[in-house]
Amino acid sequence: MTKLLSIRVVAILIGIGLAVTVLFWSLVPGVIAFVTEGQAEHLPYEEPRDFDFSFDGPFGKWDVQQLQRGLKVYDEVCSACHSLKYVAFRNLSELGYDESQVKAYAAAKQVPGIDPNTGEATTRPGLPTDYFPSPYPNNVAAAAANNNAIPPDLSLITKARGDGTNYVASLLSGYQEPSAELLAEHPEAAPGPGLYHNPYFPNLNLAMAPPITMDGQVTYDDGTEATIEQMSIDVAAFLTWTAEPTLIQRKQTGWPVLIFLLFATVLAYLSKNQIWAAVKPKKNKKSD
Amino acid sequence: MADTAATANPETTEDTGDGVRRRDFLDIAAVSAAGVGGLAVLYPLISQMAPSKDVLAASTTEVDVSAIQPGQAIKAVFRKQPLFVRRLTPEEIAAANATPASSLRDPETLADRTQEGHQDMLVTMGVCTHLGCVPLGAAEGEVKGEFGGYFCPCHGSHYDTAGRIRKGPAPTNLEVPEYTFTSDTTIQVG
Amino acid sequence: MSFPWAKEYTPSNGVTKFLDEKLPLPRLVYNAVGAGYPVPRNLSYFWNFGVLAGFFLVLQIVTGIILAMHYAANAQVAFATTEHIMRNVNWGWLMRYAHANGASFFFIVVYLHIFRGFYYSSYKAPREMIWLLGVTIFLLMMATAFMGYVLPWGQMSFWGAKVITGLFGAIPLVGEPIQIWLLGGYAPDNAALNRFFSLHFLLPFVIAGCVILHIWALHIPGSSNPTGVEIKSESDTLPFHPYYTVKDGFGLGVALLVFFSLVFFLPNALGHPDNYIEANPLSTPAHIVPEWYFWPFYAILRAFTGDLTIPFTGVVLIEAKLLGVLAMFGSILLWFILPWLDKSPVRSGHYRPLFRKFFWFGLIPAMIVLFICGGAPAEEPYVMLSQLATAYYFLHFLVILPIVGQIEKPEPLPYSITEAVLGSDKKAVLGENASPAV
Repeated sequence: MTKLLSIRVVAILIGIGLAVTVLFWSLVPGVIAFVTEGQAEHLPYEEPRDFDFSFDGPFGKWDVQQLQRGLKVYDEVCSACHSLKYVAFRNLSELGYDESQVKAYAAAKQVPGIDPNTGEATTRPGLPTDYFPSPYPNNVAAAAANNNAIPPDLSLITKARGDGTNYVASLLSGYQEPSAELLAEHPEAAPGPGLYHNPYFPNLNLAMAPPITMDGQVTYDDGTEATIEQMSIDVAAFLTWTAEPTLIQRKQTGWPVLIFLLFATVLAYLSKNQIWAAVKPKKNKKSD
Repeated sequence: MADTAATANPETTEDTGDGVRRRDFLDIAAVSAAGVGGLAVLYPLISQMAPSKDVLAASTTEVDVSAIQPGQAIKAVFRKQPLFVRRLTPEEIAAANATPASSLRDPETLADRTQEGHQDMLVTMGVCTHLGCVPLGAAEGEVKGEFGGYFCPCHGSHYDTAGRIRKGPAPTNLEVPEYTFTSDTTIQVG
Repeated sequence: MSFPWAKEYTPSNGVTKFLDEKLPLPRLVYNAVGAGYPVPRNLSYFWNFGVLAGFFLVLQIVTGIILAMHYAANAQVAFATTEHIMRNVNWGWLMRYAHANGASFFFIVVYLHIFRGFYYSSYKAPREMIWLLGVTIFLLMMATAFMGYVLPWGQMSFWGAKVITGLFGAIPLVGEPIQIWLLGGYAPDNAALNRFFSLHFLLPFVIAGCVILHIWALHIPGSSNPTGVEIKSESDTLPFHPYYTVKDGFGLGVALLVFFSLVFFLPNALGHPDNYIEANPLSTPAHIVPEWYFWPFYAILRAFTGDLTIPFTGVVLIEAKLLGVLAMFGSILLWFILPWLDKSPVRSGHYRPLFRKFFWFGLIPAMIVLFICGGAPAEEPYVMLSQLATAYYFLHFLVILPIVGQIEKPEPLPYSITEAVLGSDKKAVLGENASPAV
């Protein structure tokens, strides 16, 4: 008994010691610093706009036409600097292209290869099994060509940013001059050399020059008017597909699974009530 | 007290005959649902081990055969296994045709094993049908065996100029995969 | 079993008779989770979470073994093979999302299991060993989850590994060599990734072994119950099967509905977007956070912002970093001595008015504050709040529990479980058993 008592006495002392330590050596100096100095304010960036995508929601589906348009925007605009290394040409068959179109698309791209006669590094026309080639041979070359900012791979970009699809669409269509009020309040928010202002970027200034600068920059095959916003939305949709090609399959598998589980759970509930009926105290009611 | 009528002993509280059947039905349905769910789960668990999409996408191979001279062969790779493509000389064709198919362990003629109009182009897997070794004879200077085709060094199977088993333990001729001529100089295997 | 009225297993046919003689596995199952295990008849749904935790352990092992068939633990390709699983492997996306969210659900049910134990004092005699094994399982789970999160080799994987192994660097003198030894290098790389993968594969089986011991230890005194009154007679109990198998089956159905809603419709809701960026040792994410289930303990770690000094002298006794590390590990390790801290003779919080107030208005809010602050950036007001909550956390377990146990006047307990359920117990009325209810 005395031994157990001593355990508790020691515990009480340690407990009080820890609490006093955190309150008087951490909390009090923190409060004093906060009151006297305040804390650094965040630059006011904007949350992504809420665009309406066909694949949103539990019943969403790809808009294949949109994905094809997005591919064209990636192809003609983004691919100059950004790789797409986890996507293979064969995957394009999921965008409604047939085998010969995929083959032709792949063959039009040069991918790294080896000269069969000399063994030297060279390029060859792509095959459907090849992956999208990177615009730069390595990160050093990418940094050197882009003022030290390495353009990120875009395969997973919409999963690698919060609310990624809306973020990409907002960012691409959101370049603008910083407002006078912003500069008055936060002079540090003025874009430095080689930086461009964008309210959706958390630092407000990013190294990527506006990639989509004018309506009609890409000519759509399906006649859709290529406004800046339309191109931004389309490429965001395409990059959602590249980030998760199984997105729709996932949602479509989910429904039968949940419906079956609901059915099985209701059965289990009824079965449970049935089995427990005999031993549950009954309240003023005698069934059967 | 009426409340105490219920007891913990299930045996003393059996329902009437009707109730028992209804109860049994519910329990059986619940257990069956669990069973069906369990079986459904097996499907993805098993199919995840089947070839993945990138493996399936690489299941056809194109081979350029334009550079192969008569009497020469090349080794290509088809589904991660060696593929022999051999252009036969007129003598080799004659030798293959001179052998009556009925006398063979695995009776096939050269015509059965090549495509019409391309009888000089012998396309076979480079996998011995005995135990899966790679036979010799496709590369320059390799032993071609007693019948001038391929020779498997593992257990001494001899194949003739049509890739047919002539001597040794292999049970069947070298497998001819499915292929088509996409042009006069290119074949697509698989 | 320890209860004389427990049903005995009787093999019905030749095969089961043979087995019963040679290897009585069916008997073991019958006595462990079958009709041969008498369980208090009054268990609430809070007693479902043990079985659920067992289910999620099995789910993690099954999906984990499958992922290991396709994953490669090499820093060059780890991120790419993870994407290979998501894109190319048949149902690979389902396996990975089930494994990632399965870890979260494992922690959800285990937290509910632990906090049920806090409220009903399930750790008290005669169940101390069950509790000790349970805390051990929880520590193993934390280690396993941490190492598993490193494997996809995303930004959070890498920086999480760097920060957590950096905790060991706080140990005076030997800290830095230990950190380098843990990583097999100066920063997380191939060596660290490979050993984390190896241990991440091994530890779940150690956990499974501890779970078997946990259940074994449980079957010696039998399950606790919401009244905290021990089983007195047969009318207090029901056989585990079918009563609790069907109840657990229903509970599992509900849990799976929530689980699969997340897996199929919001699979990344509990993850961090930065982990879809491949690990980059040259670029730190703006805001490093561990997985949500570590947030309360991460908040305790970060709550210690000031060195412990002798006032007015500037002599540092313990540096803030070491204090935080000690407090974080201590916050869980102290659970080991709970059975000896809380000596109230009453188990259940239902009958402990003072304890109940501290539980609902002290511990639970403090845990919620710690959870929120652990996930928030290190700025005000989160830092202040986490410091207050940290102080309460230690006061609650180390000071309040021992004192409340001494001074509290518990409410009257029912005579037995039967009385609690049915309103009366014949044995109590007849005075057959005169010993006081404990």
